[in-house]
Amino acid sequence: MTRVTKFATADPGPDARVAGFLAHLRLNGLRLGVQETETALRALTQVAASNPSEARRALKAVCTGCAEEVQAFDEMFDAYWMNGGRVASRMAPTSQSKHAHTRTTNQADGLEAAGAGAKHSPDNDGDGAAEADGEGKLLAARAANLMKKDLRELVRPEDIAEAEALAERLGRAIRDRRSRRRRATMKGAEIDFRRLVRKSLATGGEPIVLPRKTRRDRPVRFAALCDVSGSMVAYARPFLAFLCGLMRADPASDAYLFHTRLVRITEALRDPDAMRSLNRLTLLSDGFGGGSKIGGNLAHFARSYAPGFVDGRTVVFILSDGYDSGSADQIGDALAALKRRGCKIVWLNPLKGWKDYAPVAAGMAAALPHLDGFFAANTLGSIAALEDALETL
Amino acid sequence: MSPNRGRDPPFFQKSDDVMSDWHAITTDLAQQGYVATPDLAMALHLSIALGRPLLLEGAAGVGKTEIAKALAAARATSLIRLQCYEGLDANHAIYEWNYQRQLLSIRAAAEGGETGKAVESRLFSQEFLLKRPLLQAITQDTPPVLLIDEIDRADEEFEAYLLEILSDFQITIPELGTIGATTRPLVILTANGTRDLSDALRRRCMYAYVEYPDRATEIAILAARCPEVTAHLGGQIVGFVQALRKEDLDKKPGVAEMLDFAAALGGLGVNDLTDDPAILQASLATLLKTRRDRANFTTEVAQRLAGMAA
Repeated sequence: MTRVTKFATADPGPDARVAGFLAHLRLNGLRLGVQETETALRALTQVAASNPSEARRALKAVCTGCAEEVQAFDEMFDAYWMNGGRVASRMAPTSQSKHAHTRTTNQADGLEAAGAGAKHSPDNDGDGAAEADGEGKLLAARAANLMKKDLRELVRPEDIAEAEALAERLGRAIRDRRSRRRRATMKGAEIDFRRLVRKSLATGGEPIVLPRKTRRDRPVRFAALCDVSGSMVAYARPFLAFLCGLMRADPASDAYLFHTRLVRITEALRDPDAMRSLNRLTLLSDGFGGGSKIGGNLAHFARSYAPGFVDGRTVVFILSDGYDSGSADQIGDALAALKRRGCKIVWLNPLKGWKDYAPVAAGMAAALPHLDGFFAANTLGSIAALEDALETL
Repeated sequence: MSPNRGRDPPFFQKSDDVMSDWHAITTDLAQQGYVATPDLAMALHLSIALGRPLLLEGAAGVGKTEIAKALAAARATSLIRLQCYEGLDANHAIYEWNYQRQLLSIRAAAEGGETGKAVESRLFSQEFLLKRPLLQAITQDTPPVLLIDEIDRADEEFEAYLLEILSDFQITIPELGTIGATTRPLVILTANGTRDLSDALRRRCMYAYVEYPDRATEIAILAARCPEVTAHLGGQIVGFVQALRKEDLDKKPGVAEMLDFAAALGGLGVNDLTDDPAILQASLATLLKTRRDRANFTTEVAQRLAGMAA
C-alpha cells in the first residue's frame, strides 16, 4: 500500500503512533483523554489492526462521540495514516486547528427544513419597501443572515413559518408557570400526609396507600393586539405570523387587530393553514392599512373583551409603533384601566429596534408608565431576544 | 506509554482469532433479521470485547432499539429494557423496597412476638427488595443485554448516576450493603438528540451513529423481514421509501414504517407499485404520519415517486 504513511526509522513503535493519532484528533477538536489512548490500543488488539479498514472502524467507534465527529473522522484518519506515502517525522502534528467542535448531535432534519427558504435581500422582494419609504436607518438591520433582517421583508410563507416557530418557542418560555398550591395526583413528587393519615384509618393505622400530590401548572394566557394601521402595514403580516404562532402554541390565547376599530381574530388565526388564515384576516378587517386610533381601541378592549379574557395571569401584547391620531391621554387611561385587571402589558414596537430611537411620540410617552415590558420587534433576531426578557416578567 | 518502546508491542499480535468475532456478529445479527453496517458491527464487537457500553445515535426509526433485541436473540440471552423518561428516578430504575409487604410483615411480626432486631434484618432483605431494570441486569446468571432506551430523555442527575453504575457495576443499597455484579451486562444506550449528553458519558461509551440504510441494505432488511415480497416489488418499495425520505417531510419514514408499508402492499395483493394509484395512496397511511405530510403528498407526487422507483 503506497498510500499508507511511512514513519521515520526512529519511530518508537505502533503504540506511539496510536498515541500520536489521538494527539492529532485532539488537535482537531475531539475531546479525548489519556484513557482513550489505552482504549484505542486495546480496541486494536481486538481486530485485524493491519487491515486499514478494520483499524479505521475500530478507532472510529472508540474516538468519536457524536454524529459530526463521525463525519469528520475519515478525513482525520486519512490525514494521519494515509498521507500518500510521505514520511511523518513527528508523531503529533503541531499546527493548531481553527474550527471549534461541539459535541452535539443536532437532529438537523427539522432545522434544515426551516432554514431552507431562499434568502432574499431587502431590495428585491418586490414591494420595494426599503427604498420607497426612504428610511435609511432600516439598513442598519440588513445582514446576510435571515435572523437579522427587518421583518417587513418577511412575506414569504416559509419565513412566516419560521416566525411562527419562533413565536411558539417564545410561548413555551413564558406560558408554563407552576402553581404554589398542591393537589392530589396519581404520580407526584411528594406524599400527601393529610390524606395518608385519613386513608390509614381504614387499614388500622397502617399507611398502606400512599396518596401523592404535586404542584399544578398554572399557564399564563396571552392576549395580543396588533396594530395594522397605515404606518404599521409593512410590519403587519410578519406580526400576524408571529400572532399565528402564539395562538397555536396555546389554545387559550386571544388575538385582536386594530386600525380604526378593533376586531377579534382569534378564530381566524386558528385556521390550520397559515396563509389561508391571513387571507381570512384580510376579509375580516376592512380598513386594513387605514388610520390608527390606538387609545380608542385600547379603551374599547379594556371595556368589552378584557373582562372576559384578561385576568391576573394574562400577558397582553400590544404590537404597535405608537403613532396615534387620537389623544395621547386616552392611551394612558386605557392602559391604566387594563392594568387594573392585574395583567402584564408588553409593548412590542418595531421602531424601537432603530438606532437612536426615543419614545417621543405622545402616545408612546403616555403608555410607558403602564408597561411591564417595552421591546423592539422589527427583526426576527430582536423577537428571539425577547425570550429571556419575557421569562422574567 | 508502554515500556517496550522500539520493540514489537503486544497489541497487534493476536488478530486472526478475534477477527472472526467481528464478522460473526454481522452473521449472527443477520440470522435474526438485522442487517448491520460494518461500522455498527465493529462498534458492537468492540463494546462486547472491551466491556464498554455502546452509545447509538440516529434519527427515529433507523433501528436503534432493534439492535438490542436482535443482539439478545443472537446471543440467546434475555433483554432487560429501561425506557428513560423525564423524571425517571432511582426508584424506577434501580431498586425499591416493597413497602406495603414490609408493613404487613411488621404487623405479622408484632403479633408473633418477634424481637425488633430480627424483624429489622428480615424486613430489609432480598425478599422485600423490588429489583428494577438496572439491579436486575447485574444480578443475572448469564450476561443479559441491557437496553437503556432514549437516555437523553432522562434528567442529567440520572445520567450521572448511570455513569457510576456503568463504570463500577455495583449498586449500594444503604440497608443491605453493596451488591456487586454477578455478570456484566452488555449495555446499549440509545439517544436521538432531545438533549445533549454529557461528555463523560460519551467518552465512556463506544459510539456508532446509525444512518438510514442505503438501498442495498434496506433491500436486504426487507428480504430478511418480509420474505414473501418479490424482489421486483421489494426494489420498488425501497426505492419509493428512499425517495420519500428526500422529500420535505415533517416526519421521515423509518425502517419500521417501510416494513409496514411492504406488509400493507403484500396484504393488498399488489405486485407492482405503479399498478393502482388509489391503493398506493391508501397504503401511504403506513408511511406518512402527520396531517401536513399527508395533505402535501398528493396522488401526483406519489405517482411521480413510484414511477421513479419502478
